[in-house]
Amino acid sequence: MERLRRTMMFLPASNPGMLKDAIIYGADSIMFDLEDAISLAEKDTSRFLVFQAVKTFDFSSTETVVRINSLDAGGIDDVHAMVRAGIDVIRLPKTTCAQDVLDTEEVILEAEKACGREPGSTRMMAAIEDPRGVLDAVAIAHSSKRLIGIALGSEDYVTAMKTKRYADRNSEEIFFARSMIVHAARAAGIAALDTIFADVNDMETLRKETEFVRQLGFDGKSVIHPRQIAVVNSVYTPSQKEIDNALNVFRAIEEANAKGSGVIALNGKMIDKPFVERAERVLALAKAAGVYTGPEGQEG
Amino acid sequence: MPLYQIQKPAIAGTLESSDIQIMIDKNDGEGIDINLTSSVEHQYGRQIRETICKTLSNMGIDNAKLTAVDKGALDCTIIARTIAAVHRSCGITEHYDWEAIDSWNV
Amino acid sequence: METVKNAVGREIPKEYADQYGVFEGQYARKNEYRRAAGKVVPTLPGETKLVSSLREAIEKSGLKDGMTISFHHHFREGDYVLNMVMEEIAKMGIKNLKLAASSIANVHEPLIEHIKSGVITEITSSGLRDKVGSAISHGLMEKPVVIRSHGGRARAIESGEIHIDVAFLGASSADPYGNANGSQGNATCGSLGYAKVDAEYADKVVIITDHLVDYPNTPISISQTLVDYVVVVDAIGNPDGIAKGATRFTSDPKELLIAENACKVITASPYFKDGISFQSGSGGSTLAVTRFLAEKMRESGITAGYLLGGITSNMVELLEEGLAKKILDTQTFDRGAAASIARNENHYEISASFYANPGNKGAAVNQLDVVMLSALEVDTDFNVNVMTGSDGVIRGASGGHSDTAAGAKLSLILCPLLRGRIPTIVEQVNTVITPGEGIDVVVTEVGIAVNPRRKDLQEALKNAGVNLFTMEELKNKAYALAGTPDPIEYGDKVVALIEYRDGSLIDVVRQVKR
Repeated sequence: MERLRRTMMFLPASNPGMLKDAIIYGADSIMFDLEDAISLAEKDTSRFLVFQAVKTFDFSSTETVVRINSLDAGGIDDVHAMVRAGIDVIRLPKTTCAQDVLDTEEVILEAEKACGREPGSTRMMAAIEDPRGVLDAVAIAHSSKRLIGIALGSEDYVTAMKTKRYADRNSEEIFFARSMIVHAARAAGIAALDTIFADVNDMETLRKETEFVRQLGFDGKSVIHPRQIAVVNSVYTPSQKEIDNALNVFRAIEEANAKGSGVIALNGKMIDKPFVERAERVLALAKAAGVYTGPEGQEG
Repeated sequence: MPLYQIQKPAIAGTLESSDIQIMIDKNDGEGIDINLTSSVEHQYGRQIRETICKTLSNMGIDNAKLTAVDKGALDCTIIARTIAAVHRSCGITEHYDWEAIDSWNV
Repeated sequence: METVKNAVGREIPKEYADQYGVFEGQYARKNEYRRAAGKVVPTLPGETKLVSSLREAIEKSGLKDGMTISFHHHFREGDYVLNMVMEEIAKMGIKNLKLAASSIANVHEPLIEHIKSGVITEITSSGLRDKVGSAISHGLMEKPVVIRSHGGRARAIESGEIHIDVAFLGASSADPYGNANGSQGNATCGSLGYAKVDAEYADKVVIITDHLVDYPNTPISISQTLVDYVVVVDAIGNPDGIAKGATRFTSDPKELLIAENACKVITASPYFKDGISFQSGSGGSTLAVTRFLAEKMRESGITAGYLLGGITSNMVELLEEGLAKKILDTQTFDRGAAASIARNENHYEISASFYANPGNKGAAVNQLDVVMLSALEVDTDFNVNVMTGSDGVIRGASGGHSDTAAGAKLSLILCPLLRGRIPTIVEQVNTVITPGEGIDVVVTEVGIAVNPRRKDLQEALKNAGVNLFTMEELKNKAYALAGTPDPIEYGDKVVALIEYRDGSLIDVVRQVKR
C-alpha cells in the first residue's frame, strides 16, 4: 500500500516556532516552503533554518517535503542543503515541462553523491502551476522514477488563464486542470494532490471542495493552516459503512478460499480486482484516520 | 586564510517568539564577545552562549562581537541563525559548503 | 536550616512547619472548629451608614496600626478600590497593616511603596502578579506572604486564622443602607462571591461604590445586615479592565488541539453522561473545551447538571441553549455573564466558601464531575505549579486550582509541552500548588498522560483508542526539544508560604538569587 497523502501542510521556512510545531497537527506530509512564502532577503536564513530543523526534529512517520526555488534563483543551494539534511521529497515549483524535472533531478543526484546518500532515495514532486504544465501533465508525471506525485498550484494557473478562483462557483475554472492532473498521475501510478484552499476561516467550503476532489480521485489536498487538516483528513476518513463493506469483501474472499471456490461473490455482486483494491484503500485510509485497527488486506 | 572571515556587521533572525536575532561584527584579536539578552536567561542562558560559541568555533572563528536577542529559540535555531549571520558577514551568498555545515554538530 | 519534609517531598522550614503543620495528603485533615464570627455594632433607627469620604469611613471603622484589612479581586485589572483605600490609609499614617486581599493584580503595583514605607507588613492572598510578585520574590518583605487558595482563604477566615478587622468592599451598585451587588451599575463585575465571605466575618464592613441607588438595592449579594458604612466615590474601576464584553475563544491552533484532546478524554470518561457537572477556566485551551464539549453534548443528547466557577458568556450560552441546567458562579469573567447573573435565576451567585471551602459542611467542588485547569508547570509526579514562573519568580495565583482538583472526580490539566523554549512538563515543579494525587490527566498537544492512580481512566481511554504516554515520556519529549533547563538558584530566605487548602504547608517559595 502506498503512503497516505491526504494532507500536505505548507509552512513558511522562515518561522522557527512553526517549524518546531509542524508535526503536531497530524498532516500526512509537511512542506517547508523556501519559495513563494520567503522574501528574497531571507532565502539564505530560511534555508539554514530548515536545514537544521530537518536534521534535528523527529518527524516520525510524517513525510517531509521542501518546496525549492527555481534552479537559477537559489534552487541549487536549496537542493544541496535539503538532500544532505535528509528531506524525503523535493518539490519543484512551477513545473512547465518534463525537462524541468530532469534538470532538477540532475542536481539532486549530484547532491546525493556529494553527501553519500543513496542515489534515487530523494523523491520528487512536481507542482504544475500554469497552462503549459497542465497540457504537459502526462509527460511530467512520467518524467522521473523519483516522482511520487504531481500537484496543482491554482493561483498562478488561474492568473495565466486570465481568470481567478471562484470557490463559490464550484471552482469550474480549474476543473480541466484538476482532471488533467489526476489522469496524468493515475496513468503514471503516482499521487495526485489538489491545490490549497485560501480562506482559513471557511471550513464549510473547504469541506465541500475536498469532497469534490476526493470524488475526482485525488489522494489529498494541500493545506495552509493547521485547522484545515482535520477537515480534509475527515473527508478522507471512510465511514463505518465503507469500512464494513471493505471487511465484507475480504471475508467473502476468505470464505471462497476456504471452500476452494474460484468465484467470489458478495451480495450478489462478483468481487474482482478493482473491488479488492478499493477495499484495501478504504481500510488503509481508515487505519490512518484511527477509526480502524485491524489488518489492511488479506491475512496471510 | 580561514574559510570564514568576519568582514562586516551582519544580522540574522527576528524578534519573534521562538527565534533569536544575532548581530555579528569584527572583534579584532579580542576573542568572542557575546552580549545576550534572553527571555529564558535563568534556565538556558548558559546553554545559549555555549551553542553560539561552539558554532563559531566550528566555523573557525576566534574573534567576533555578537549581540543576541533571544526569544526562547531552540538550539537548532540558534545554530542556524549563527551560521546565517556569519555567512552574511563574510559576504557569502551562494555555493555554500554544505558538507562543512553538516559537520558542525553542537 | 532545619526542615520537615511533607507528603509531596518539599522541605518546609521547621518554624513554619510547627506553626502550620505540613501537608500530609489532600484529605488528611478533617478538623472540627467553631466558626469565628465578626463583631457587630447595631445600627439604630435614624442612624445613617452613608459617610462623605473614604477618609471618614476609615476613621469611623477604627482602623489602627497592626490591624488586618481585606479587599476582593472581582474588579481584576480594572480595580481602583484597593489603591484608593491604601493611598488614604498611608496618608493617615497608619502602619503595620496585614493585607488580606482575595487576590492581587498587576494594577496594584503601588503596594510595593506601601510595603517599603511600612504601611503593609504582612500579606495573605491567592496570588501576586508581575511587579508585586517579582518584588516579593526578590525579598521585599520581612515576613513571608501566605498564599491561600480561594477555598483555603474562606476556610481561614471562617476558622479565625484570618481575622479581618476592616473589609473594604467595592460594589458595582449599593444602596445607602449597604445592600450591594456586582450586576448593576457603571462597572459591573457580576458575582461578588469572594467579597461575601469577608462581609460575613469582618468586624467592620465598608461598601465602596460609584453607583448609589434607592433602598432597597436588589439582588442583594451583600446584605445590609453585615454592612457598617457606605462610601460613594467617582469610580470604583475601569469597566474594560473589570470585564471584557465577551470572552473570545482562542484561534491558536495549538491551544485548540489541546482542547480537542481534552474533549476526547472527557467524552471517553465515565462522567460524560446526562447530568454531568464541569468547570473550565477562562483562558486559551480550557475555555475552548467548553465549545467542543457542547458539540458532543448536542450530538449525544446530554445536558449538564451545572457549571461551576469562574463564569464566561460562553457558559451562559450553554445555559440559555438548555445544554446546562444551572450555573453556580463565584466569579464572573465578562459582561455577557454579568448580565446573565442579573436576569437568569438559574445563574446563581455563590460565595467562595460555598464554592470551595474544605472546612465547611460541604463545598460545591465536592459535587463536581470534571474540572479543566491550566498549569505553568507539571512534574512527573503530577504536581502542579501555577504560582512561580520557570525562573522561580512569583507571578501567578493559587486560585481555585487545588480546591477543584481535590473535589472533582476528573481533574484535567491542559498545557502545552513547551512555552517557547520553556518545558511545561518538568522533572520537578518550582512550587507545588496542587499535589499530584489530585490530578488525574495531563493533556498536551503531543500526548496525554493519565495518573497511574487512575487505572480505571487509563482503561477507559485506551478502549476509546486514545494513545497514552507516561509523564516521564512527555517530560523527555520536552527536554529533547528544549534541553534540560538549569535549576533556578534560590537563597534561604522564605518569601512565601504556600498553604494547601486545608491550612497545612504544601510548599514555600524562597527568594531568588540574582
